[in-house]
Amino acid sequence: MMEIRFKLNGRDVTAMAEADDSLYQVLRSLGISSVKCGCETTNCGLCTVHMDGKAVLSCSVPAPRCAGHEIVTLEGLQDEAKRLGACLADEGAEQCGFCAPGLMMNVLALAKENPGASDEEIDAYMAGNLCRCSGYMSQRRAVRRYLAMIAQEVSA
Amino acid sequence: MAVYKNYVLAQSLDEAYALNQKKSSVIVAGNMWLRMCGLRKQTAIDLSALGLDRIEENEDAFVIGAMTSLRDMETHEGLNACFGGVFADALKPIVGTQFRRGATIGGSVYSRFGFSDVSALLLALDAKVVLYQRGEVSLAAYQKEAWDRDILTHVVIPKGRRAAVQSVRLSATDIPVLVCAASVGPDGARIVLGARPARAMVVADGISPEADASVCEAIAQAASFGTNRRASEAYRRRVAPVLMMRALMACSETQKDGEEECK
Ligand SMILES: Cc1cc2nc3c(=O)[nH]c(=O)nc-3n(C[C@H](O)[C@H](O)[C@H](O)COP(=O)(O)OP(=O)(O)OC[C@H]3O[C@@H](n4cnc5c(N)ncnc54)[C@H](O)[C@@H]3O)c2cc1C
Ligand code: FES
Ligand code: FES
Repeated sequence: MMEIRFKLNGRDVTAMAEADDSLYQVLRSLGISSVKCGCETTNCGLCTVHMDGKAVLSCSVPAPRCAGHEIVTLEGLQDEAKRLGACLADEGAEQCGFCAPGLMMNVLALAKENPGASDEEIDAYMAGNLCRCSGYMSQRRAVRRYLAMIAQEVSA
Repeated sequence: MAVYKNYVLAQSLDEAYALNQKKSSVIVAGNMWLRMCGLRKQTAIDLSALGLDRIEENEDAFVIGAMTSLRDMETHEGLNACFGGVFADALKPIVGTQFRRGATIGGSVYSRFGFSDVSALLLALDAKVVLYQRGEVSLAAYQKEAWDRDILTHVVIPKGRRAAVQSVRLSATDIPVLVCAASVGPDGARIVLGARPARAMVVADGISPEADASVCEAIAQAASFGTNRRASEAYRRRVAPVLMMRALMACSETQKDGEEECK
C-alpha cells in the first residue's frame, strides 16, 4: 500500500492505493460514486474524469501517477452538470442513463477546449463515449444545445 | 488486469533503464494496453516524470518524446502544418479523444502492434527511434526486431515528406482491418501496409507518385497478407490497391496545398 496525495474537486486528499490500482479504484474508495467502470478496457468512456483540466479514462490512469495532480469528477462540477443534464433531458438524449457521467465529463472538456465545435467536431470528440440506448443523434443535439447556451452566456 | 508489487516513478532514464533490466520489471507509458495484459510483475516503471512528453522542432525534423500522447500529436499545429494534417487525420479513428490523451507514441512504437495506424504512418514518414542504450535506429529496422529491454526515448520524424493514411475498419473506433500509409518525398513515393494483419512494412519505395491502379495491384499481389478473425487474406489483398490509390491521391493533394509550410 502507498499513500497518494492529490487535489480532488478542489480539496487536498490523501488516499491509500496498491501499486497496480487505477485512479478509478481510488476514486471509488474515496466515495466518488459518479465515476463508473463500464468496460475496464479503455473502450467505453464511462470512467472519464478530468486530470489537470483534461478528460482522461480513470480506469487506465495508474493511481500512483496522480500524486500532486488535480482531479475533478462530476461531484465537483454540479452547476455545469445540472445545466448539461437539462439539455440531455430536453433532447431525450438518455434512456437508462448509464453512460451519462462519462459523457458529461467529456462534454464539459469539449466545452472548454472547443466551445464553437461543429457537429462533425462534436461527433469526433465524443466518439469514445459509447451509449447503448440513445443512437447518438439526440446526444449530439444536446451537446449542441449546451454549447449554444454557454456561448449565449458568454456574449451576454 | 496487470498486477504489480511496486510502482516506481522514475527520476532519471538511468534509473528506469537499470530497473528495466530485470525480467520482473515493466515500463508503464499510457497504460492503455498494458492494463489489459494480465501481466504479473514485481516492478512497474513509470516514465511520466522524465519530461519525455514534448514535441520539439528543429530545422530538419520533429523530435517527439516517447511519452507524448497521440492526442498531443493529433492537435499539434506545427506537425500538422508540416505534414499536411496527416496526424489529425490518421490518429482520429483510434478509439476516442480521452483514449488518445492517454496512449503514447512510445507505447505504440515499442509495442509494434500489427494493427498500428501509428507505426504505419511513421514508417511512411521514414521515422527513426532513439533508444536509451543503442541510440538512433531506423523505424523500418526496429519494426523487424523482437521486443527487448531498452527504453525508447524519442521518435524523430524528418521533414520533407507528405503522407496520407487510409484504413478499413469493421466499425468506427475499432482497430483497423487494413491500413495503408503513403508518402511522397524527393525520391518518389513510398507505400506502407499495416494490419496485414502482421506488423506494418514498406511494400514499395521510390515509385512514381502517379502510380496507377495496375501498379498498386502488382504491389498488393507481391505483398504478404494473412487471415484473422477480422478479415481474410484474400479480402485484404483485394482492398489494398484501393487504399494505396486513395492514399497516393491524398498525398498529391496535400503536396499541392502545402509546399511552403514545412521549410
Ligand atoms: C482498446 C484499444 C484499442 C486500440 N486501437 C488502436 C487503433 O485503432 N490503432 C492504433 O494504432 N492503436 C490502437 N491501440 C494501441 C494504442 O494506440 C497504443 O499503442 C497502446 O495503448 C500502447 O500505448 P500506451 O502508451 O498505452 O503503452 P502501454 O500500454 O503503457 O505500454 C505498451 C507496451 O510498451 C512498453 N513501453 C511503453 N513505452 C515504452 C518506452 N518508452 N520504451 C520501452 N517500452 C515501452 C510497455 O512496457 C508495454 O509493454 C489500441 C489499444 C487499445 C487498448
Ligand atoms: S471503464 Fe474506462 S473506458 Fe470503459
Ligand atoms: S442512455 Fe443508456 S447507455 Fe447511454
